[in-house]
Amino acid sequence: MSIRRAAVVGLPFGWLLLFVLAPVIVVLAISFAESRIGAPPFTPPLLWQDGALHFSITLDNYLRLFTDRLYADAFLSSIRIAAVSAFITLLIAYPMAYGIARAGERARPSLLMLVVLPFWTSFLIRVYAWTGLLNSNGLINKMLLNLGIVDHPLPLLHTEFAVHLGIVYSYLPFMVLPIYGVLERMDWTLLEAAADLGARPLRSFFRVTLPLSMPGVIAGLLLVFIPALGEFIIPELLGGPDTLMVGRVLWTEFFSNHDWPFASALAVVMLIAVLLPAALIYRVARRGELAA
Amino acid sequence: MDADQDRPLTQPIIGIDGVTRRFGAVVAVDGVTLDIARGEFFCLLGGSGSGKTTLLRMIAGLDRPSDGRILIDGEDMTGLPPYRRPVNMMFQSYALFPHLTVENNVGFGLREEGRPKAEIRERVHAALGLLEMGALAARKPHQLSGGQRQRVALARALVKEPKILLLDEPLAALDKKLRERAQAELVALRERVGITFVMVTHDQEEAMAMATRIALMQDGKVVQVGTPHDLYENPASRYVAEFFGQANVFEALGRTVMVRPEHLRLSREEPAQATSLQGRIENLVFFGSFYVVRVTLDGGKPVTARLSPGELAVAGSPGQGDEVYVHWTPAKARAVLE
Repeated sequence: MSIRRAAVVGLPFGWLLLFVLAPVIVVLAISFAESRIGAPPFTPPLLWQDGALHFSITLDNYLRLFTDRLYADAFLSSIRIAAVSAFITLLIAYPMAYGIARAGERARPSLLMLVVLPFWTSFLIRVYAWTGLLNSNGLINKMLLNLGIVDHPLPLLHTEFAVHLGIVYSYLPFMVLPIYGVLERMDWTLLEAAADLGARPLRSFFRVTLPLSMPGVIAGLLLVFIPALGEFIIPELLGGPDTLMVGRVLWTEFFSNHDWPFASALAVVMLIAVLLPAALIYRVARRGELAA
Repeated sequence: MDADQDRPLTQPIIGIDGVTRRFGAVVAVDGVTLDIARGEFFCLLGGSGSGKTTLLRMIAGLDRPSDGRILIDGEDMTGLPPYRRPVNMMFQSYALFPHLTVENNVGFGLREEGRPKAEIRERVHAALGLLEMGALAARKPHQLSGGQRQRVALARALVKEPKILLLDEPLAALDKKLRERAQAELVALRERVGITFVMVTHDQEEAMAMATRIALMQDGKVVQVGTPHDLYENPASRYVAEFFGQANVFEALGRTVMVRPEHLRLSREEPAQATSLQGRIENLVFFGSFYVVRVTLDGGKPVTARLSPGELAVAGSPGQGDEVYVHWTPAKARAVLE
């Protein structure tokens, strides 16, 4: 029994150890190495030579990261774009989740299916499809021109607006589903009680529904904010040349400049930047849930 | 009734005027007309599907009548949403807000009224004090027992000083021991706060023990309205008679007559003055202060009599299998509708 139990717990744990933690450790190790021309394109940070272990560790990558403004700007700009996008996603996803949760039992599976439906097509293709919609000769501009709403095509593609649009569009289901999960389990008698005690519908929402759905809202915000922060494809395809995001900088350092150690340092800092607030929010949310 | 006797009683606090509620093809409440007087402890009694809860929800404004009007204190409330009615409801599930403390649950309605903070605090603590819950003001609902939750729900509904308190199966979630105490407490509470209580229940004993008047409902209609005593002693129909305790129903001279078990008498000898029926004692159960005697009449019809030990002795202490005569005083028999 205990062996089986150990296997049940141990297998996924081992999986995580092997495929999540191990790569992170490799990245962490490379981030302390020096860049060089060759294969691999870095000096090994640990070396077994002449029967002794040699360390060749440098903090240069991290120093460069914190001294060159470009990287701080990229971080800040990423956080801003990801945060704004996550918030817009919330504003769109909440009414959707609410509508599905309050829809009839029979309509719900189909509505949920519609939310998940985009996943059946490749993420890359879906984002790429937006370039066709947004460019100067694209569907949206043509319609606006034909309707006489604008004289010249609007510059939609390769703007920060397009990046927000891409993120909101791509990550919407990740916001809808956790919020739906909470609302679906909600006791709607509580809203009747609120109305009975004198609360108008909007007040009931802000005093009862919203506080009770916070665990879902926080989960959704994390599920959108974290991947959006490191997003590469969306800013690359939809963003302008000046849309600065960490994912793109990382790509440039890694593939164009072949600076693996510096790219790794960037990745490590990004990981910490995401993990810390996530852990914090998670703890706050857990406390709220326990209390509820 | 009590404290409200000096107020003019001419106008009922609740007027239900030809109210019907249809859900698709189902008629949940069917043309109910009912007046509830100020200061009553009124009970809507009925089985599941009788429409009692739907009627209560329509008084609260949580449901709208398909037809008819609902007046509260003389004002037409039919189209008003719940948040604009001078009534408060205690829900069967209590519906306490899980994210708020006891204090904030109770203060919820006063905050909606925009009362100053000091007044809210004062009134919340007064309400919690009334229900002896003052010490638990800082707790969250999940930290309370069932009985404590029930008190918080009561305090939350009463703190707004509504004209009417609606109670939807207020005791159903309590265990049996607690329920009997809570019955007495609710009755005492109504006397202290002096407002009208309207309670929904499926439990006839509970209704009899608590209500000043009862409306018995069946299939969306009010079958009979009256004091517990009225409904027990003078049921209009066989359904009402059998809903409130045991009833022996006889067909005689084309009429249906009901006699309660405690009004049946037994004797070994044929009684001279009264009509009597002959039968054999099927069994005899002793309950301490009384006996329940089951008699099968000669036609095969079973009847139940309830006798004190003294009455049984007067009857000649018959035992199981003995032939007896069953009779009653005509004044105790009630003609009822089939």
